Amino acid sequence: MNQKNIEVQEMVRKRYEHGWTTAIESDSFDKGLNEDVIVALSRIKNEPDWMTEWRLNAFRLWQQMEIPRWAKLVYPDPDFQDISYYSAPKSAVSPRSLDEVDPKLVETFTKLGIPLEEQKRLSGVAVDAVFDSVSVATTHQQILKRQGIIFCPISEAIQEHPDLVQKYLGSVVPQGDNFYASLNSAVFSGGSFVYIPAGVTCPMDLSTYFRINAKHTGQFERTLIIAEEGSKVSYLEGCTAPIRDENQLHAAVVELVAHKDASIRYATVQNWYAGDDDGKGGIYNFVTKRGACLGDRSHISWTQIETGSAITWKYPSCLLKGKGSVGEFYSVALTKGKQQADTGTKMIHTGADTRSTIISKTISAGKSDSSYRGLVRVMPGAENARNYTQCDSLLMGNDCGAHTWPYIDVRNDSASVEHEASTSKINEDQLFYCQSRGIDREDAISLVVNGFCKEVLDHLPMEFAVEASRLLSVTLEGSVG
Amino acid sequence: MLSIVDLYASVNDQLILKGLNLQINPGEVHAIMGPNGSGKSTLAQVLAGHENYTVDETRGSVVFQGEDLLALSPEERARQGLFLAFQYPVEIQGITNSSFLQTALNEIRKSRGEEEMDALDFAQFLKKKMELVEMQEDFAERFVNFGFSGGEKKRNEILQLAVLEPALAILDETDSGLDIDALRTVASGVNRLRSPQRSFLLITHYQRLLDYIQPDFVHVLYDGKLIQSGGKELALKLEEQGYNWIREAEETLPA
Repeated sequence: MNQKNIEVQEMVRKRYEHGWTTAIESDSFDKGLNEDVIVALSRIKNEPDWMTEWRLNAFRLWQQMEIPRWAKLVYPDPDFQDISYYSAPKSAVSPRSLDEVDPKLVETFTKLGIPLEEQKRLSGVAVDAVFDSVSVATTHQQILKRQGIIFCPISEAIQEHPDLVQKYLGSVVPQGDNFYASLNSAVFSGGSFVYIPAGVTCPMDLSTYFRINAKHTGQFERTLIIAEEGSKVSYLEGCTAPIRDENQLHAAVVELVAHKDASIRYATVQNWYAGDDDGKGGIYNFVTKRGACLGDRSHISWTQIETGSAITWKYPSCLLKGKGSVGEFYSVALTKGKQQADTGTKMIHTGADTRSTIISKTISAGKSDSSYRGLVRVMPGAENARNYTQCDSLLMGNDCGAHTWPYIDVRNDSASVEHEASTSKINEDQLFYCQSRGIDREDAISLVVNGFCKEVLDHLPMEFAVEASRLLSVTLEGSVG
Repeated sequence: MLSIVDLYASVNDQLILKGLNLQINPGEVHAIMGPNGSGKSTLAQVLAGHENYTVDETRGSVVFQGEDLLALSPEERARQGLFLAFQYPVEIQGITNSSFLQTALNEIRKSRGEEEMDALDFAQFLKKKMELVEMQEDFAERFVNFGFSGGEKKRNEILQLAVLEPALAILDETDSGLDIDALRTVASGVNRLRSPQRSFLLITHYQRLLDYIQPDFVHVLYDGKLIQSGGKELALKLEEQGYNWIREAEETLPA
């Protein structure tokens, strides 16, 4: 049995394929954080005064706050004065067309599988490419504009669409929401802004690709998506970072607003560098993602594939306000090495006839530790609210952990809340069965894991599903004899 | 095809196979019968390469298609053309029968330097094979054995056999738990797959299966050894008289 255990461990030894760096000259702030840094950041982005004030407000709130310690995560407190809060390639000064984008940056994203040259793109996906603290290119903007859709870097939206930004920024995740969200509100840079006008179905998937490159920097992007009445959009997010010995901080905020009959599908494939087998290096990922289903029958769906980060602290949530609104959370979290993940969701039902579904699949390998933490709350006014939660954990080897922390808070008798949970070890009989059909052990593991995750993978857009399934396999790949 | 000489194998330190000898030539159908605990399923698992079974490699040998079978991993054995129809087929949720079989077939083809079959060609190919074993089309898109009845699982094993086209197919108690109609379908599937190149090793408790699949040889496995070999008539005799006469004969032999 022990031999078996070692074998499985070896198999999940990480092969991280995005661990390289781009040699490019950057303008970076010195390390440290104070009001001057925030003002300087706001200024370099040429922001209006209201934005600077907004940031400073957040900063003042943040200074009063404590680092959250309730998650099942063990890590040294980040030294917030030892981080540079802004880094941008010198050449990335708001290029107007793709021809003006530094070829080095184009090459970087091409290498990551994100070709920026629109004309060469086969698929109908518009991309906002974020490199450290800035967007370096956004594709398909013109085509989208014809339908009134706005898809641009958030810093551009602050300039060009201040009314929308002022109205919605912080409306779902307020400046004082939590420690990391407040930090983000103070120092955010990079991230995307999406606005879908009433009645419009976005003709292509929108996506943002986040790349951390510079050393000693954190990435604090902010994404805001607004779907007006009867509109529809599907948004994809991907992320990678180079292999470094230091821990880099990533603290993002994503806010989604769905009006009446609107639908937002938000999918993430997170593949940050996770650190080495001894737990050295890797991204510390503290993210606040929340969507508000404001209008009746609005619909927000979160799908996430988590394979990266040394530390993951993330709970994409839905506020279900509109009558008959629907919130969904589909998640696969794969941890290995010494990774730790504490992730899940919150479904807050305040409107009548609201429905939520939570499907969480956790795979733990190596010496990693993974927790599902989820809150389902039904408020007194939420007549006939329904929730279904399913949490399955798959353990590979004897040194890893999986935990489930469901919180259920129901304040209306008409609610129906279901919770199912299972924990199992990878099944040797299944592996032998696959092997006896000619499939090698490594592929068999990947097959079984993909099967385990199927319900979640099915909720990804086709292209992303293929990528996610491949990522699960690559992550599980090792050097088995 | 397969040559087993003096095979000793144990599980959990308990010796089960105690010097088993068997020679199977291309195109032959062999049946192994024996009472409970005689080592029938152990033999099947050992040949397929299950790691829970330890073979004493200092004593005997197993040569399959000219290769030392015991040196191969389970997947290499499959790629060499060995197939085991499981007594208890395993369920794999989330993976469709069709993608499972396409993966398996392409692994085998790849290992032989043959071109992989794309999804479209495979769908056509699979459809024909499903007709061969009288399986409804929707089984292609159902998860591997998941929620299948006992009979459907066994039939699915025969479908896999048909798709993977092995040189040697071992059927481990494929007849157990089947009603007469299911048995007839499974047997007719097997009969259609018989060929001068393909050999079968049927492991069974009952003679019943052999009414439908005519074996060339019948062997009796007792206490880890093949102690009697013959033709179809041996199976009939076992059916009539049980295993006791063999047991007695064996136990009165001088040591």
